[in-house]
Amino acid sequence: MIAEASPVSHILPLLVFFGAIFALTAVMLGGAYFLGQRHRTPRAEEPFESGIVPTGDVHLRFSVHFYLIAIFFVIFDMETVFLFAWAIAVREAGWTGFIEALIFIGILIATLIYLEAIGALDWRTRRQRREADRRQHGSDACTGP
Amino acid sequence: MNDELGEAPDIAGILIAVIAVAALLIWVERRLLAFWQDRLGPNRVGPLGLMQVVADMIKMFFKEDWIPPFADKPIFVIAPTIVFITALAAFAVIPFAPGVGIIDFNFGLLYFLALSSLSVYSIVLAGYASNNKYSLLGGLRAAAQTVSYEVFMGISIMGVVMLAGTFDLREIVEAQRGGWFIVPQFVGFVIFLIAIVAESRRGPLDLPEAEQELVAGFHTEYSGMKFGMFFVGEYVAIILSSAIIVTLFFGGWLGPWLPPLAWFCLKTGIGVLFFILIRGALPRPRYDQLMAFGWKILLPAGLLNLVITGALALPPG
Repeated sequence: MIAEASPVSHILPLLVFFGAIFALTAVMLGGAYFLGQRHRTPRAEEPFESGIVPTGDVHLRFSVHFYLIAIFFVIFDMETVFLFAWAIAVREAGWTGFIEALIFIGILIATLIYLEAIGALDWRTRRQRREADRRQHGSDACTGP
Repeated sequence: MNDELGEAPDIAGILIAVIAVAALLIWVERRLLAFWQDRLGPNRVGPLGLMQVVADMIKMFFKEDWIPPFADKPIFVIAPTIVFITALAAFAVIPFAPGVGIIDFNFGLLYFLALSSLSVYSIVLAGYASNNKYSLLGGLRAAAQTVSYEVFMGISIMGVVMLAGTFDLREIVEAQRGGWFIVPQFVGFVIFLIAIVAESRRGPLDLPEAEQELVAGFHTEYSGMKFGMFFVGEYVAIILSSAIIVTLFFGGWLGPWLPPLAWFCLKTGIGVLFFILIRGALPRPRYDQLMAFGWKILLPAGLLNLVITGALALPPG
């Protein structure tokens, strides 16, 4: 019986567990759907904006920084996957592998320093940055002769 | 492969125990936070307010099952289930004790990382589907925060993988017979702890739902059982985080005198209380501070930790 253990019977407990989780979720949502009250109030059909009448569209413009972070994630998380492979085989790869990984990590850190240098990791807005500059120059002027 | 794993009592027991403890944690957290803030907390329903959870659950079931007319309906319904399902599903690989557990994968750690990353979809989709400005901002923040901290969450535990030489969580526990991995991997532990708090969006890093700025962030438009799912999902995620930290850094079920399962539950319980304590004790950082700290300090620190661990794991020469 053990000899003919197929991949499916191997993960059978996992599938049963998933089934139980999905069933539980369905019972929770379905139960609330059937047991819940139904009533209509006029203001409930508006998006919540702290009690004032909602203005404008929800498709608002947001900071391009969020887009940048998504790109950084793709770059860096892909690279960490390669590091996972090295971590599991660190003894087999030996010192040769270590030096190769070192070069790889070195490139990663260089990338990070470059990103920092061009200000890609600076979350302040342009105005905040200008004000910070002014404050610094202001204090320089005070301490100067 | 352990033949005792994954029997019907294991599956039913783990599922019921996790959900019951998650529900109880709602009471524990409210009481403890109240204690630390010189309040009483819920103490009316049943002895010490213990029945509060039951009362809340009944209330949740009888609340209106409200889907806002302006929302993106299918996604709005699916979003809260994702965080709940992924957090529960990750328990499949947790090594509770020898012979107690659902399945033993030799890539258990990768399975955990994969499922914990999936939970971000829940938040992003909830923020998007609500069609509410607060929700959208909360979802955006959650996406950027989770995605940033995920990068070095994986890197920080690769030191443990190097020392144990495996992704199998049970073998990682066995590899700690000589000593817990928190000693050689203290830096990795600290980075992983911060990353996992950010990843599960718990206080003090709960910026996606910072109530002073964003009402309730991504779940502003949610109510009733769908809100309850986000809520219970968060507590399931706390237990999961604590369990995985215990497994990787605190020797899992290993310990003298008591049976293995008792040790595992005891250590996980202490971890959970620690998560509640840091929520009560630490202030929330500003958003740019959070992002800068992650990318500029924790990511290089994680990479350096990996290099040093690799150098020490290799035989000299």
